[in-house]
Amino acid sequence: METIVFLILRRMRQPLLTLLVVYAVAISGLTLIPGRDADGNVWYMSIFHAFYFVSYMATTIGFGEIPYAFSDAQRLWVSLSLYASVIAWIYAFGTILALVQDRTFQEALAEYRFAGRIRAMREPFHLVCGYGETGTALVQSLTERGQHAVVIDIDEARTSIIQLQELREFVPALHGDAAVTRYLQEAGLQHSCCAGVVALTDDNEVNLKVAITAKLLNPPIKVISRADSHDIEANMASFGTDHIVDPFDTFAAHLAVAFQAPCLYLLQRWLTGREGAVLSEPVYPPQDGHWIVCGYGRFGKAICRRLKGEGIEVVVIEARPQVTGQPDTKLVTGLGTEAETLLEADIENAAGLVAGTDNDANNLSIVMTARELNSSVFAVVRQNQADNRDIIAAVDADMVMHPSAIIADKIRVLLATPMLYEFISLALYQDESWACELASRVIALVGDEVPETREWSLGEGEASALQEYLTEGGHFSAADLLRDPWQRERDLKAIVLLIRRRNDRMLLPDPQDALKAGDRLLICGNRAAFTRMQWTVSHRHTLDYVKTGRDVPQSWLWRRLAQRSRG
Amino acid sequence: MNPEKVVFGFFIVLALTLNFGFFVGEIENPDHHHVYELFAVIVVNLIATVLKFGDRSQMGALLLATSLVAILQLIAAAVVWTFAVHIMGTGLTPVVVASIVSLSGGAMLANVVSVILLIIETVMLRR
Repeated sequence: METIVFLILRRMRQPLLTLLVVYAVAISGLTLIPGRDADGNVWYMSIFHAFYFVSYMATTIGFGEIPYAFSDAQRLWVSLSLYASVIAWIYAFGTILALVQDRTFQEALAEYRFAGRIRAMREPFHLVCGYGETGTALVQSLTERGQHAVVIDIDEARTSIIQLQELREFVPALHGDAAVTRYLQEAGLQHSCCAGVVALTDDNEVNLKVAITAKLLNPPIKVISRADSHDIEANMASFGTDHIVDPFDTFAAHLAVAFQAPCLYLLQRWLTGREGAVLSEPVYPPQDGHWIVCGYGRFGKAICRRLKGEGIEVVVIEARPQVTGQPDTKLVTGLGTEAETLLEADIENAAGLVAGTDNDANNLSIVMTARELNSSVFAVVRQNQADNRDIIAAVDADMVMHPSAIIADKIRVLLATPMLYEFISLALYQDESWACELASRVIALVGDEVPETREWSLGEGEASALQEYLTEGGHFSAADLLRDPWQRERDLKAIVLLIRRRNDRMLLPDPQDALKAGDRLLICGNRAAFTRMQWTVSHRHTLDYVKTGRDVPQSWLWRRLAQRSRG
Repeated sequence: MNPEKVVFGFFIVLALTLNFGFFVGEIENPDHHHVYELFAVIVVNLIATVLKFGDRSQMGALLLATSLVAILQLIAAAVVWTFAVHIMGTGLTPVVVASIVSLSGGAMLANVVSVILLIIETVMLRR
């Protein structure tokens, strides 16, 4: 605010001085020139009248000659001072208008308003640096869950587009360079409600700077960063960045899970997917044959490493191996878009194909050519631009790798339901039939829509009725929680996936086991189920009904009446 | 020599001297206090105030504050004058003149502070 006031004052100095001088000269002139009153006596205008006259003359309002008609000398003076004062006014107005439209002024004003909004934040929020494809997807899914976000982006077009998107929560956006500490501070890095910082810019160096700034200025908060190279990743890990997301490694890891346990992979996609989306079909990547990887960049390398880990033979097609480095497997030089190179890589007998170049048109061309030569090949295609979604969908590949979506999904889960990652890492130790059974249970719950997954805490302040019940020594199990409080014979459409009790983790706990105060639950189900569970745990009356099946009257009068009718 | 500083100092000192010129004389005698003098004091004080705009230093803020005080007092004096002569029609009675002059006296004090601050600033610069 200070800057704005001083900016105005400094710029207005010259026009105000001009205006003052013109007024002073005009007023003194008017009081010095003699006039004649109605009776023909000599009359001098008082300063008060002169000020009044000049005020309406300068603003061209013009109420006429008062208190008496002017003499010719007075009129001459008025015509001169009229032009001078009008010009002075226009000058002053012009300066003010120019100032209001001035870019520096506008930016100072926007920054001031933004800082005020951040200071007024009273609920936890996440600071998202970079509002590109990934940032947009992340902010959208955060706000859909009722979480707050604050955005910084260096591109003004991106920050102003936030107002046009129909987000469920208001998202303050600042136009500025996230690598500049002042902007991060203004966006609430040191705010007591700041829950985490997410660095998603397309510049690795900026992400690194954001991560280290956040760790230095506000050590307790969660810092999540995108990293596209292993050097940067190691650098970020060295100062304790909480989560580093590399889209290529993440996808390669998913592919490995899909090889080992298709059901678990399916489950993982369902639970981490966006609510309301259609459940995806299972994929079974074949292992009976060699795989062809087109493009040996960061993505291709990550995939090759994983495929080799699965013991699968790989053939790499790369146009510029001298730039990307030589793979230690069979290499075919070329783009892969033409049949020759694909034939050279023995596409006819290949089990799988990864179109992983950084050009969407080439990737599509690779898949279409390959399908002509071998219609049963399992195709994985990399999508680089969000706009190409429709054409990528049209080619109907078996798996699509879209870096922005992968990062956004992963970070959303890290921010909203970190227990889901614990669940998945525990589930990796289970056998495949376990995952398949759970997958069929999930389908039975929600039909063909992605279920909602939430973490629930039975800790302080939450679930007050249940807390009270448990301290009284009551027995309350997961099965009780999943009873419909409207009709207790019915079960809610939800599954308790994981319970965290101090250092213990209980994967798919036995429904009859008692819950304890302080437990943290990971539950998946449909939205209505969560609303009803909320009733059960926060209203004692509902809880008693769920537990006993009796609708106990609450008020004194009804209790007396109930006793009488029973007695 | 900085011409901007010359103009700045000129107007601040002129505000004080004109103010003093209006203030001296018998406090109740309208012949000792001319209306043009008051007009000139107000105009020069306004100019001095505008010149002080936009200085972010502590000294600049204090200078602006003293000027605002002086302007407030002088405008009050002008309003009293206008009321007495044009609106109430009582003319310049000793009571009215005394209150106008004492208001301008207060403004003069603020102007004195202004000049002292200016001198302090100069001395500190030339240390």
